[in-house]
This record gives sequence, structure tokens and C-alpha cells, in this order.
Amino acid sequence: MGVLIDRSTRVVVQGITGREGSFHTQQMQAYGTRVVAGVVPGKGGSETLGVPVFDTVREAVEATGADASFVIVPPPFAADAVMEAAAAGLPLGVCVTEGTPVLDMVRAVAFVERTSMRLIGPNCPGVMTAGQCKIGFIPNHVARPGRVGVVARSGTLTYEVIQGLSQAGLGETTAVGIGGDPVLGSTFTDILPLFAADPHTEAVVLVGEIGGAAEEQAARWIAETGFDKPVIAFISGRTAPPGKRMGHAGAIISGTTGTAQGKIDALRGAGASIADTIEGVVRLAGERLAARAG
Amino acid sequence: MKLLEHQAKRQLARAGIEVPAGRLARTPEEAAAAARELGRIAVKAQVPIGGRGKAGGIAVVDTPEDARREAARILALQIRGYPVRSLWCETGLEIDQELYLGVALDRDRRRLALMLSAAGGMEIEQVAAETPEKIARLWPDPFAGPQAFEVREAAFAALAHAPALRDRRGRLAAALVPLAQSLHRLAIASDALTCEINPLVLTGDGRLVAADAKLEVDENAEYRHGDLVAELARDVSGDDGVTGEDPYEAEAKRRGLTYVHLPGGTIGCIGNGAGLVMNTLDLVQQVGGRPNNFLDVGGGASADRVRESLEMVLRDPDVRGVFINIFGGITRGDEVARGVVRARDELGMTVPLVVRMTGTNEEEGRRILTEAGIVPGVSAPEAARAIVELVGGRT
Repeated sequence: MGVLIDRSTRVVVQGITGREGSFHTQQMQAYGTRVVAGVVPGKGGSETLGVPVFDTVREAVEATGADASFVIVPPPFAADAVMEAAAAGLPLGVCVTEGTPVLDMVRAVAFVERTSMRLIGPNCPGVMTAGQCKIGFIPNHVARPGRVGVVARSGTLTYEVIQGLSQAGLGETTAVGIGGDPVLGSTFTDILPLFAADPHTEAVVLVGEIGGAAEEQAARWIAETGFDKPVIAFISGRTAPPGKRMGHAGAIISGTTGTAQGKIDALRGAGASIADTIEGVVRLAGERLAARAG
Repeated sequence: MKLLEHQAKRQLARAGIEVPAGRLARTPEEAAAAARELGRIAVKAQVPIGGRGKAGGIAVVDTPEDARREAARILALQIRGYPVRSLWCETGLEIDQELYLGVALDRDRRRLALMLSAAGGMEIEQVAAETPEKIARLWPDPFAGPQAFEVREAAFAALAHAPALRDRRGRLAAALVPLAQSLHRLAIASDALTCEINPLVLTGDGRLVAADAKLEVDENAEYRHGDLVAELARDVSGDDGVTGEDPYEAEAKRRGLTYVHLPGGTIGCIGNGAGLVMNTLDLVQQVGGRPNNFLDVGGGASADRVRESLEMVLRDPDVRGVFINIFGGITRGDEVARGVVRARDELGMTVPLVVRMTGTNEEEGRRILTEAGIVPGVSAPEAARAIVELVGGRT
């Protein structure tokens, strides 16, 4: 099991003929993802990587029954591509594009809110349900089907957490990279309820970082809903100076808000276990799962 | 990208918002000429940072002679590291009341927030912290923009805190509607993360004039605002090319590297992925080391990028050791290792280097590193400890 995607998910790739789009589509196919179509305006009627290419998402959905989009287009076109996916009625869009103008995404998110689409990203590594399906960048060999859900703002740390959990024999249900931008389609509090409802997810690893208040909101959600699965949290950026963007557009401490310590305190207060290394994440996940079983 | 006051004001004027008459001066003589033309003026340092008033960067003068003298003084200042390259000389206003009107990205609401307050002239962050009730907010639909009634509601809520304006609130609220709508339109058109007028002066004769302005353009959208980027670059750098920006960060920007300098630190830090690099810095500090920088080589971590990154990090002579922390996902560990070894040799690097690498082909990668005399870390905390010990031994 898992959340958001599984082996039946039918994926359309927006930007399938680009260098990155083509490479990652092949990686996804190698993982077992059912890629059913590509969309590149002006290239409709052709075929690439064994799938038909369409001019518009609407045509692709009508012809193939796609139910998720992988948006991998350059930053100036990302918001428009996201809105096209939403307008075509897709229930899920995953946008990995980094560097999208923030106000473009403000408009795209407002547009998406009026549809039934759930947007993951932008500037995210994507989603992977271990052993079944992946949309995005998460490396193919790191995951093993298992018991832990992962939700993270950072890409490479997500891969490290997955690899650690897999090597420790705990494995994952689904890993969701929500992205490093200040304006995101989904945040921790959108994904945690999915893990709450998934019987196969027995614990959740939450990877946060400085900037914004998404981790504090997650802490509040955990406390208010009485979420009873163990949460292990890992927050990057304790050494980050205020006012500096640390790689991710959203990783910035403004005044006194968005600090690592504030997030750590909030999550600890909500009952999460706090790790300061990947090794710690894996150890705590093991301990909390063992304690639950006992 | 934070625009200078005079750039921001030009944007406001273009959007139909009234600003005081002013002239840009790069020399004391030009400031004197502005005073001759405009009469009593404020001479204001143009630096992309706040706090210039307290730093002596603003003077009000009555005569061209005073303007020349004060301009010479201010042009010699450095304000929080930023040399003053130009002055905005503008006519003073007869102030009845100082208000605040601003637009800023609200990450949690995922909208631009429009904010109005009768407590103008103070830092809005301070107002928000001490008397949040004095700020009225709305989050306009990004497609439709703020509607008149929404702005009126906010205006009446904000003006309720200014008893002196009670009798004029109807007229003021009506005047604030087009102003707020113009500011919101300007924020969208210029990709502003912050666009604020503080203070928005209500003059003795009842006009609303933008006495100071801040406009910060989203870095991701700079490609759409080439004219502003070029103008800012020209205005902040003098003949010596010194901008006041950290010189290492300026260099990294030229090279297209994602780099943040932490002056005084001794350990250069390189990794792939923003979260992973932030964690690398955290680990170094946790075991008693002082990180010198944040450098994210990006997801792939190709050999060329690693070489460029190493070269960048080693520019600061304070760096006495380098910690490279790479997760090899799609890029294989042996490739990363070969790239690191080649970069070290080509750069003739003499300070210690610890490389922690995990992921695909990690054993092969570690073998390559060990053979080249580079300490390969298995776990990130151990590798952090190793580099801190190596550097500690050399200080």
C-alpha cells in the first residue's frame, strides 16, 4: 500500500522530450511506473520512449486515461503546465521544476485550489511508493517496501532517509518530497492525514528545514488530531544565519521566524522524536516501532 | 533583489502613485544643484539595506551649500558595509499623518497579503510584534486583485486606531482603494516579494504621498526584469566595482554557484542538495567546528561542478579544511570520487579534505578516495568529526 500513487497509477509526462524529462521518464519506466503519455505542445502525434506524445494534457488524458502528471518543464512554463494539468481534471500533479517565479506559483496554486487536483511541489524530488511507482527524481535503488512514511522538504536528505530505513530493514510505504519553495502545492499537514489513513504506514519521518512555519503547523496538527503513529523529525539549518537563502528559495529565516530551534521545540512538544543525524532518524524509527509493537 | 529607494519610487510613480519630486545625485555638486532647483530637500543615501537614518545617511538641508556639504559627508559613508554611491534628493512633505501600505508574500496563505496601518513610519515588523491589531490585512485573489470593498474594510479597520482621522475616514478609505489596487498590480507586475510604502504620508492638503518605498524582486523572476537588474548593478557598484555585498558571495553569483559565506569559519562545506548541505554545516558545528560556507553543487554533482565548487570554497584563506558530503543517487559514487581526486590535484589543494559519500557504488568510490590519500567518511557525523580534528590540529 502507500499513499498518492501505486502500481495502477497512469502517468502523463509534461516535458517528456526535454533532456531532464526524457532521462527521468526512462528512470521511472525502469522502476515500473506506468508512463502512458507525454505532452509537448507542437509535438503531438509523435512517439517517444514507447509512449504517444500529445499537444495538450486534455488530449493525453482523453486518449490514455492518465490520472497523474509529472511536470518537468523549465521554470517560466511550470505554473502554466501545472494549471493545464489541473484543468484537464487530473487528480494528482507532481512538479519538480526548480526556480519558478513565486508569484507564478501563487496564481497556479489559487487555480489548482478550484479544481480537484492535489499538487506536489514545485522544486521537489517527487513521490515514490516503494516497489510500485515513482514520479520524480528519487533514485530507483534506495527504497524497499516497508512500514515508514516519509515526508520531506529536501531532496537528497529524503534519499538518505529512505536508504537508511531500507538498510535497517524498516522500509518505506511512500516517500513524498513536498519541495523547497516558499509557495507549495502541498505541505506537511496535507500529507500527514494520508499517512494517518494508510494502514500500512506505521510511523512517519518528517524532514524539515528553516524558513516558513510548515513544521510548526505540522506539530499543531499532530497535537490537535491526536495522530497516534510515531513521528521522527529531522530539521536542517541550525547554523543558518538569518536573512540568507540557504539553497532552497524557501529556506530563509526572516527576523526570528522560521528558525530550526522553533521548529524542533514545536515538534518535540507535539510528541515527535527529534533526530539530528540520518543515523539518528533510522535508530529512533526502529526504537519507536519496536516500542509500539511491544 | 532589493531595489534602491529611487528605483522603487520610479516604479510607484509609473503605477500612478504620487511620490515627492526628487533628483538623483552622484556628487556633492549634483546635490547642490538639486537644492537650487527644489529648495528645501532631504538628502538620502541610496543603499540596499535598512537603518540608514540611524547611520547618518539622511540629512534635511535648506541651502545648496548645506546640500553640498551633507552630500559630501554621506557619500563618504559606508552603511552596514554598503558604500554610498548615490543620493536621492527630494522635496520635503508637510506631514499630517503617517500611514503604512504594503504588499508582501504570505507563505502560509500562499497569497500576497495587502497590509494597511495607521501606524506608519515605524518598522512594520515591530508594529506586528507589539500591536498586531493595528495592522489590517487582506489576501486578494491573485487573478482578480483586491476589490474596492475589501480595501475599504481594511482601511476602516486600520483607521479605527487613528482617532484624529475619524472624521476623514470615508474620504481616506475611498482614496486608499485605487492606491492599494495600484500597489497590488505593481507587486504582481514586478514580481515583488515585498512592496511597501512606509510612511505613506497624508499631507496637510489631504494628498497621500509615498515618502519612502521598499521593493524586493523575487530572484527567480529576475529574468523578466533585466532592466531593473542592470540599473541596480550600475547604481550600487562604483568605479572600483565594490558593491558592499560579500565579495565571496558576489564571486559565487558570477560563477552561478549556490553559495552562502559564513565569514570567520574555517571549514569549507560542499554537498548536493540544500537540506543535505544545511545538515552538513550543522554537523560540523555540533562537533565544535566552524563552517565557512554553504555550497550546494546541485543534485547531480558532476566532476566539473565539484571542481568549480572546491575552487570557490578555497578562495577564502580562512578555509583550513574542506568537507565534501555527497549522496550519490543517480550520479555514481565512483564518478564523484574520481571528480574529487582530479579537482584536488588540478587545484594543487594543500588543506585537508574529507569526503563522505553514500549511495550507488559507494565502496568503489571510497577505495578511489583512500588510494588518493583522501579521508573517506562512512557516516556524516564521523566525517564531520574527522575534518574538525584535522583542521584543529593545524590551527
